[in-house]
Amino acid sequence: MTVVDRSLQQIQSSEDVVRVRQLARARAIAQGFSLVDQTKLVTAASELARNTLEYGGGGEVLVEVLNDGSRRGVRLTFSDQGPGIADIDLALKDGFTTGAGLGLGLSGARRLSNEFSIDSRLGQGTRVAITRWR
Amino acid sequence: MDKIPILRMGRFLLVTIQVDMHDRLALQLQDDLTERIVKDRAHGVLIDISSLEVVDSFIGRMISNIAAMARVLDARTVVVGMQPAVAITLVELGLSLEGVRTALDVDKGMALLRDEVQAAGRV
Repeated sequence: MTVVDRSLQQIQSSEDVVRVRQLARARAIAQGFSLVDQTKLVTAASELARNTLEYGGGGEVLVEVLNDGSRRGVRLTFSDQGPGIADIDLALKDGFTTGAGLGLGLSGARRLSNEFSIDSRLGQGTRVAITRWR
Repeated sequence: MDKIPILRMGRFLLVTIQVDMHDRLALQLQDDLTERIVKDRAHGVLIDISSLEVVDSFIGRMISNIAAMARVLDARTVVVGMQPAVAITLVELGLSLEGVRTALDVDKGMALLRDEVQAAGRV
């Protein structure tokens, strides 16, 4: 698998969340994603970018364009230096939230992605990576 | 700050969301619409989302909130024009927009609003 392009986007404001959506959309289009696949990736990106902002206190996303044989994909890695997640299994449950939202962000983003990984340390931060293939 | 325009058509308010909304803009729209329902004594709200390419859980919640607030203020809400890719994604995300009436386009949405308002005995 080769990473053919990578770009970094800061996430410090709700305008930045919009920029993350636009960047994810541009990469998905460049990789030839169908409209439904574009929409799923962009929606997952929006949920995770908002989590980075609201719960992580801001952070960044690394957007990578992947080629794997004939497969074309986009990987998004969100990282923050926030408080971390105490119970990841609980955080991945539909409807669980410590904030004011619906508790669908993390679980929904996982459903909308082909690959999903999460790494969180209390007091150090959280990293969530998703990949969607065409 | 930018604002999403709210148009008045008789007893109805019409909102067409044409920009990729950031969260504060969505909250602003929620507040503005609630105020306008009271100020204009509106019986119905029609929200056209045909230009929206993404409806995530935040925007979904805003739509549900608007419908709920409108109901408390004795107005009906209809959401029209959702793109198929958005509908597919919304369901997979886990959002069902409960309590929100939908229609395929503005014409059908207006007809639905008129029916609802008539059924509520307000015409």
